[in-house]
Amino acid sequence: MNFFTEIGRFMIFMKYVLKRPQKWSVFWKITFREMHNIGIESLVVVALIAFFLGAVTTIQTANQLLTPSDLFPTQLIPKFVVGSVVSTSAILELAPTITCLVLAGKVGANIASEIGNKKISEQIDAYEVMGINSASFVALPKIIAGLIMIPSLIIAANFLLMTGGAVATKFTSALSFDDLIEGARMVFHPEYVEIMLIKSFIFSFIITSLSSYQGYYTEGGALEVGAAGTYAVTRICIFILFFDLVIAQIFLGL
Amino acid sequence: MIEVESVGITLGGRKILNNINATFQPGVPNLVIGASGSGKSVFLKCLVGLLTPQEGKIIYDDQDFLSLEYDQKQELRKQIGMLFQNNALFDSLTVEENVEFPLKMFSSMNREERKHRVNECLSKVNLVNSNNKFPSEISGGMKKRVGIARAIALPIKYLFCDEPNSGLDPLTSRVIDDLILQITKDLNITTVINSHDMKTVKDIGENIIFIYQGAKWWQGNKSDLDTARAQNIELDSFFKASF
Ligand SMILES: Nc1ncnc2c1ncn2[C@@H]1O[C@H](COP(=O)(O)OP(=O)(O)O)[C@@H](O)[C@H]1O
Ligand SMILES: [Mg+2]
Repeated sequence: MNFFTEIGRFMIFMKYVLKRPQKWSVFWKITFREMHNIGIESLVVVALIAFFLGAVTTIQTANQLLTPSDLFPTQLIPKFVVGSVVSTSAILELAPTITCLVLAGKVGANIASEIGNKKISEQIDAYEVMGINSASFVALPKIIAGLIMIPSLIIAANFLLMTGGAVATKFTSALSFDDLIEGARMVFHPEYVEIMLIKSFIFSFIITSLSSYQGYYTEGGALEVGAAGTYAVTRICIFILFFDLVIAQIFLGL
Repeated sequence: MIEVESVGITLGGRKILNNINATFQPGVPNLVIGASGSGKSVFLKCLVGLLTPQEGKIIYDDQDFLSLEYDQKQELRKQIGMLFQNNALFDSLTVEENVEFPLKMFSSMNREERKHRVNECLSKVNLVNSNNKFPSEISGGMKKRVGIARAIALPIKYLFCDEPNSGLDPLTSRVIDDLILQITKDLNITTVINSHDMKTVKDIGENIIFIYQGAKWWQGNKSDLDTARAQNIELDSFFKASF
């Protein structure tokens, strides 16, 4: 299938997904369960990754900016600049993008294989024959849950990134905690939060909708269910980075 | 009653069904028979709209099914029960929850009423004391029963069964056949059963349609079978192969 027919099929899929749920009570119950699966279950891995990433970014940025070189034998760059760079990277890129790439692997693969399994075992057909809009029934709760939980995870990741950075300052005399915070404060711009949230919502939607789509159109057996998971992750990563670029160019391109 | 008029479908560039005509009456078991790969499942999927035939008409008691909008189709499908070849039970739900599911979605019953209806359906298919088991924990015959109970939980008018005996031992097969027959009569619903089980055909075949390579090759009832076999070599060899 070529790229454009697949885009068309995705659009048709979304047309069915974005319909009013047939029974609100059932819909909310499933959505809450999905919020748990997507959000709470991912909290630990996201937190660990954010913490380490924050620490590593701080150490490496400090190393690059504060090491005297032949060209600049004396310390020209104020220390707080490290804090500015780290905090800006965290809010604009590390928290939304890296978190979502991790979630592509965790949440995306999971959704694709769960729905793919329902497809090949004819559970999707069973919904449909009962008079249930199967596309909406399986995908909409995941999409809504993702839109609520993934941005929340990203906000949490932001704090943990800075916590990682703060802890890293404890192991060096080159940079203090106060430098880090001062630098972060100096460059903070509310627009950055907006960009982070825009990325969060777009990436969440990509993760849950693409993986649902990939699962929903699985044909074959157990092997294909596995393949659906892999495909979903690859595609999600590519689309996330593509939209990352588009958003960066739109909001931050000079 | 379901009327099928000149239905034909092409899948993946291959003509799978060609000019099928049939009328299915309520209260009697209608059988669609044929060798594996002859197009029985595709036919059943066309009837319920999981596949859309390019040619022909399917009329459900005066409603032209193929010309309905998606939402109207969904409305009609609330009156349809289906038994899938590999059961298609919801694997994350227990037996009880599987049967309760259509009630939760489409009835205004409260919790108590739903529980009552679930147990009523489960006892109708003689499945008691398994309410809290998961589909993976029960036998093939029990899964069929759950499938039937789920299909009849809501007041249905049409029942479709795709090879209800596949994978079952002969004894259990008879039990499931009898169950389907009894439900068809009791509820006076229009039932279409795909089968390649000869015993089923001889026992309960009132209106039998024999599909051969995607075309209707013969139609009749169980008492015509022997004469038909003498005249119809494809039907005869199908029967011989199935024993
Ligand atoms: N979705 C599909 N796409 C293409 N070919 C199909 C599809 N579904 C079934 N077929 C083909 O149609 C033929 C009839 O299949 P089926 O109805 O499943 O046979 P059976 O009578 O055993 O139920 C088979 O040759 C099968 O390969
Ligand atoms: Mg079949």
